[in-house]
Amino acid sequence: MQPDHPLNDLLRKDRIPHIWCSGCGIGTIFSACLNAIKASEIDLSKVVMVSGIGCSGRGAGYINVDSFHTTHGRAIPFATGMKLANPSLHVIVFSGDGDLFAIGGNHFIHAARRNIELTVICVNNLNYGMTGGQAAATTPNRAKTTTTPLGNPESPFNLPLLAYASGATYVARWTMLHTRDLTNSIKEALQKKGFSFIEALCPCPVNYGRRNKLRPLDVFKAYQQKSIVKNGANPIEIDADSDKGIIVGKFIDTERPTYTEMYNKIYRSKG
Amino acid sequence: MKGRVRTGAHYWTGDIACAEGALAAGCMFFGGYPITPATEIAEHMSERLPEVLGTFIQMEDEIAAMAAILGASWAGAKSMTATSGPGFSLMMENLGLGICTETPCVVVNVQRPGPSTGLPTLGAQGDMMQARWGSHGHYEIIAMSPCSPQETFYQTIEAFNLSEIYRVPVLIMTDEIVGHMSEKVIVPDAKDIVILNRPKPKGKKENFKPYAAGRNGIPPMPSAGEGYNVHITGLTHDERGYPVMTPEAQVEMVQRIVDKIRNNCHDIIKTESHLLEDADIVVVSYGISSRTSLSAVYEARKCGIKAGLLRLITVWPFPCEEIRALAKRVKGFVTVEINLGQIHLEVERCSEGKAPAILVGHPGGTIITPDDVLKVLKEAF
Ligand code: SF4
Repeated sequence: MQPDHPLNDLLRKDRIPHIWCSGCGIGTIFSACLNAIKASEIDLSKVVMVSGIGCSGRGAGYINVDSFHTTHGRAIPFATGMKLANPSLHVIVFSGDGDLFAIGGNHFIHAARRNIELTVICVNNLNYGMTGGQAAATTPNRAKTTTTPLGNPESPFNLPLLAYASGATYVARWTMLHTRDLTNSIKEALQKKGFSFIEALCPCPVNYGRRNKLRPLDVFKAYQQKSIVKNGANPIEIDADSDKGIIVGKFIDTERPTYTEMYNKIYRSKG
Repeated sequence: MKGRVRTGAHYWTGDIACAEGALAAGCMFFGGYPITPATEIAEHMSERLPEVLGTFIQMEDEIAAMAAILGASWAGAKSMTATSGPGFSLMMENLGLGICTETPCVVVNVQRPGPSTGLPTLGAQGDMMQARWGSHGHYEIIAMSPCSPQETFYQTIEAFNLSEIYRVPVLIMTDEIVGHMSEKVIVPDAKDIVILNRPKPKGKKENFKPYAAGRNGIPPMPSAGEGYNVHITGLTHDERGYPVMTPEAQVEMVQRIVDKIRNNCHDIIKTESHLLEDADIVVVSYGISSRTSLSAVYEARKCGIKAGLLRLITVWPFPCEEIRALAKRVKGFVTVEINLGQIHLEVERCSEGKAPAILVGHPGGTIITPDDVLKVLKEAF
């Protein structure tokens, strides 16, 4: 008999096998998230996962807590309504870069600005995986995708910088190889009030890797050899360039009043 | 702290009556975005909701407002948003999520003329088909249309009740004219207001099936945080809420969410009849146009024309049977609405060629006067 998987109680076993391709990093990042939830010792009945659409957006379908798989780009405003209507919930948004930063970019910056108490985990695979590998708002300049066959003429977002500029109170970036750091960051974010953002770099060998001549092992090697841990680094100086170096770490960890705190103070204090 | 129900006589606009109706119905969350002529609803809710320990938030756009009220509803709060044409268009995406996930909530559209930015400060009834079919895919929806601030108050309560018991977003299709007119609104005692709540699950929480049909085809609804570990998705899903990508699952899911409205339409549909018993010309109208139509019908009677009015209180689902029955015995129908023929198409469809139908309509910007209707009643048929 197979021994029980340590995350069994957090998985919807009746939904396994999952849809993620072999060699994909989403599963590892998802496990880190589940481990972090466990380690945080938060009452699981108060943990909610909200996802948008895409490969990573399927995360909500595999976790055995209240979980909501919403529309493309709209996980954050859905989660915002949920958190404000019941502040005792711990709401995690688990979704991809296309979902959170292209179609959902506006929602992201506003939730960060308002300091809504959400833990947002962005699996960044540099492209749209589920629809077959199109260019995203995170695709590196000149990279090849099915919609940039000769190379991407655009420049990508620096996600931690965007999160910081928008007002996030916790900002970190790790690769899927930094499992322990990633888990720890998610745990810290869950235990912290305010808007937290964690970018998790993730290989998509099937779509992005194939077109850019990156075998799964090449990506792992780059993550291993080119990553530079710089906790506290200024988000303006954090490249994620597999040639120059991938700066990872916890960049921001500050406090400011959350939306709910301010709302209670201004609107409900008179009783 | 001021109460939810402001019992007494007031002089309110339709927009304020709508907000007060929502509060009386138990609304606890409003996600909004400013837009003429619906802004006053958001403004009033921003002031009043904290008084009843509810939450107001102004979102970054109407897409987010619609998403937020769905999230709030799954957190257990009765929730609402209000908008007008351009914002209503943006809400169509997540309205579909609300329909597919069977999420109770209320969406108010204070209609103004379109297409596009149109005439933002004037009235129209041009979004009636959008209310019916605006989100993609096949579904049934409930939409109401008030003709006065007083009726807006009552219809808003009714909209919350219907959305709770049928687990469907309910649309209040009012318009700039009703939204901005001030009239006397009587608010009854709280004990005289009927409040209905969503069916809640009972029994064991393990392996709970969030989409197993309960009474009337409507599944009981847990909230996030109650320990049911539900999975809710806008993908086609089975009783467990799990995605199933087959035509069979599609039939089962869509048929049930359609049937829960169709099979209960006798309880949902509300109309009002004026002088219909002996009428041989039937005016069909709703909202502000039904008010001017009623004057026209009385005027026509004075001229010896046997006119009557069928006033639609709920517009969707459409009262097909009533039109069908009338078509068998009347000379004809006159549909009155501020558009170029939307509900008119339904009147034509349901009369099945047994009686002709004439439209009195224009594309918006002003009311249709009693004289406009009377002229047609005199000349038609
Ligand atoms: S397409 Fe790419 S991101 Fe999606 S599951 Fe496959 S490898 Fe992962």
